[in-house]
Amino acid sequence: MKTFNGYRRKNGTIGVRNHVIVMNTTGELAGLTKKLANLVPEAVPVTHQTGQMQYPEDIQQIYRTLKGTAGHPNVSATLFIGMGQNDPAETIAEELQKQGHHVHAITVRKNKSISLALNEGRQWLAEAVKRSHLEKMEMADVTELTIGLECGGSDAWSGVTANPSIGAFSDAIVDDGGTSILAETPEAIGAEHILAKRSVSEEVSEQFLKIVDDYESRALAIGEDVRSANPSPGNITGGLTTLEEKSLGCIKKGGTAPLQEVIPYSGKPEKKGFIFMDTPGYDVESVAGMAAGGAQIVLFSTGKGSPTGSPIVPVVKIGTNPKLYKNMPEHIDVDSGKILEGTHNINDIGMEIYDLVMEVANGKLTASEKNNHQEFAIWRLAETM
Amino acid sequence: MSEQSFNSLKMHAEDNVVIALRNLRAGEALSVQGDSADVQVQQNISYGHKVATDFIPEGQSVVKYGEWLGIATEDIAIGHHVHTHNVRGLNEQERYAARSGEERSKI
Repeated sequence: MKTFNGYRRKNGTIGVRNHVIVMNTTGELAGLTKKLANLVPEAVPVTHQTGQMQYPEDIQQIYRTLKGTAGHPNVSATLFIGMGQNDPAETIAEELQKQGHHVHAITVRKNKSISLALNEGRQWLAEAVKRSHLEKMEMADVTELTIGLECGGSDAWSGVTANPSIGAFSDAIVDDGGTSILAETPEAIGAEHILAKRSVSEEVSEQFLKIVDDYESRALAIGEDVRSANPSPGNITGGLTTLEEKSLGCIKKGGTAPLQEVIPYSGKPEKKGFIFMDTPGYDVESVAGMAAGGAQIVLFSTGKGSPTGSPIVPVVKIGTNPKLYKNMPEHIDVDSGKILEGTHNINDIGMEIYDLVMEVANGKLTASEKNNHQEFAIWRLAETM
Repeated sequence: MSEQSFNSLKMHAEDNVVIALRNLRAGEALSVQGDSADVQVQQNISYGHKVATDFIPEGQSVVKYGEWLGIATEDIAIGHHVHTHNVRGLNEQERYAARSGEERSKI
């Protein structure tokens, strides 16, 4: 059994990193949150633009994402910065404290000056960083790992090299008792029947088809027809013939294992094995959703070298072609372009990815971590009011 | 690094197309990774594009990754380019059949 050393949290989960983060509950506080994080070495700002004037379903989604991020196993401590009377910072902090997380909330109010808030925040964060250094690591095995599967900046080779290699990895970790999460609902349109067929039950199959239908309906409601718009002219020049082919190339990241469960954006899987999360195709929002759902590491295939990272989870970049690896070695962790050069097959790269995932779980930094790429954004379904 | 010994890739054993790994010239022999197909390329084919390794009659499915990516709109001979000029996507009825797991041959 493959093992790694991680940080055991009070709620039983295990982290592969030990971050101290500062989060804003609403967009107005993003600047202040960054400023505060800058005052304390090792404190990481996790900021976003949302949280005010949203429709109820978006408010729910935003709070679920904030809570999932703050209570993530890779996070040692979280400071929330909130504002005004109805701000959720204190409520969320209390809920997470009850589950054993080290969380604190500071709410900026009329009677508290910004400098007082900054001072209180700086002290709490400095303590939290000190405390995080004292946390001991313990051994865990691969059954406790959840790995998110993502693609962004795809090219003609994504569906030939990187995505099938990620699929080979996904099958291997699922075989070993671990969990993988496939996401990006719109990218499954055209190949939804394949995942529906692979579902463990009629119920899971129906849930999957429903999130695909819902996504398509929302796009149609604003005049976008995903089916007719794909493959794009660029895709066709690259060799992709039909929507089915494009979507098959995307869902290849999910390998061939049975689909155990369909979960909402930033929801937590209850099952182990192969899972699907309802997310947009936009990589930053999708990665943030899988992380908030508890994925400790995200695999990310790219043909164009998308630099997307995450403030709380290591993102492992898998380049689709040899040229990309040559031109952007500092952004790519695995070169699946070796398949095109004839030195490796898909399974070889899948196993190379698996070995690297275990090293990353053991603390090895990924390219996006070394580059300090810490993108974060939350998916919204409706407009801002 | 070993020398590349093939010029195309088959994604699944049941596929009737392979992917060109470099620009292929008409008349060239196809060498497929992990496969002993004896196919001569009949047309110039760009890298990333598909070549038929079986005869695909009009109305039959084109198979990649072991799944149907579309339906041939004309007979496609072995060694020919497989793309938008001779393949269309699935229609609603075909997609429904695929969803419910019916066999390819029934379409």
